[in-house]
Amino acid sequence: MSIWEYANPKKFMQTSAWALPWVSGLALLLLGGGLIWGFFLTPDDYKQGSTVKIIYLHVPSAMMAISAWFMMLAGSLIWLIRRHHVSALAAKAAAPVGLTFTVIGLVTGAIWGQPMWGTWWAWDPRLTSFLILGLFYLGYIALWEAIEDPDTAADLTSVLCIVGSVFAFLSRYAVMFWNQGLHQGASLSVDAKEHVSDVYAFPLWTCIAGFVLLFVMLVLLRTRTEIRGRRMKALLARERVA
Amino acid sequence: MMPDLGKYGATVLGAYGAALALLVLLVLVTLWQGRRMKRALEAVEARVKIDG
Repeated sequence: MSIWEYANPKKFMQTSAWALPWVSGLALLLLGGGLIWGFFLTPDDYKQGSTVKIIYLHVPSAMMAISAWFMMLAGSLIWLIRRHHVSALAAKAAAPVGLTFTVIGLVTGAIWGQPMWGTWWAWDPRLTSFLILGLFYLGYIALWEAIEDPDTAADLTSVLCIVGSVFAFLSRYAVMFWNQGLHQGASLSVDAKEHVSDVYAFPLWTCIAGFVLLFVMLVLLRTRTEIRGRRMKALLARERVA
Repeated sequence: MMPDLGKYGATVLGAYGAALALLVLLVLVTLWQGRRMKRALEAVEARVKIDG
C-alpha cells in the first residue's frame, strides 16, 4: 500500500477516525504522567531550585513549535510538488497548534528566565529567531484567512512556509554557531558536554513524547475539520450552480 | 501532596498555570470547531440529499 493513499480525503478520514482514540489516550497518559512525575516526584536542582520543573513544559513546547513548522514544510512541499489537498490542509491545521506551542515556549521561557537570568527577555539569537518564528506562524495563519481561493492560498502559504523554515532552523541551531546570548546549548543530546541528570531526563522524555502525541492528535482533529469545511464549500458551490 | 517549591513557588506555578491554560484552551477550541463543522456539514448534506 502506498503512503499517497492517505492523501485521499476519504481514506484519511477513515484512518484518522480509527487512530484518534489511541493517539488521544496515549497523549493524555504520557503528558499527564510526565507532568505529574516531573512536578511532584523530582527533586529541586542545586543551581535552579524548583524552577527546574518548568523544563517539562518549556522544552517540549519549544521543541514541538519548531518541529510543527518542519511538518508544515513537508506538507507544503508535498502540496507544491504533488498537489495533494490533504497535505496542504494538514499544514494549515498544524499552524495554530504550532503557534500555541510557540507562545507557551516564550511565556514559560520568560517566567523561567526572570529569576535565573535576571531578565524576562534578551535579544539572544535563539530567543530572537524563536520570536520571529512565532511571527511567521501569525503571518501564515493570516495569509490562509486573507485569500479566498483555497488553491492560491495553499500555494502562497507554502512559499511563506519555505521562507519561514530559515527561522525554524535558526531557533533550533542558533546556539551552535552563534556563540553568544543567554540560552544554553542542547542538554539532551548524547554528545553534549553537560547532560541533564537522568532524574530529570526520564520525565522530560515522557513529556516530550506526550507533546508529540498531543500535536498529532490536534493536527488530525483539525485536518478532519478542514476536510469537512472543504467538502461543505464544494457542496454549497454545487448547490448555487444547480 | 504539593511539593515545597521554596522561594520560586509563584514562578513555577505561574509557568504551569499559563502553559496548561493555553493547552486546555487549544484542545477545547479544536474540539468545538470540529463539532461545529461536523454539524454544519451534516445539515448541508441532508439538504442536498433532500433537494436531490
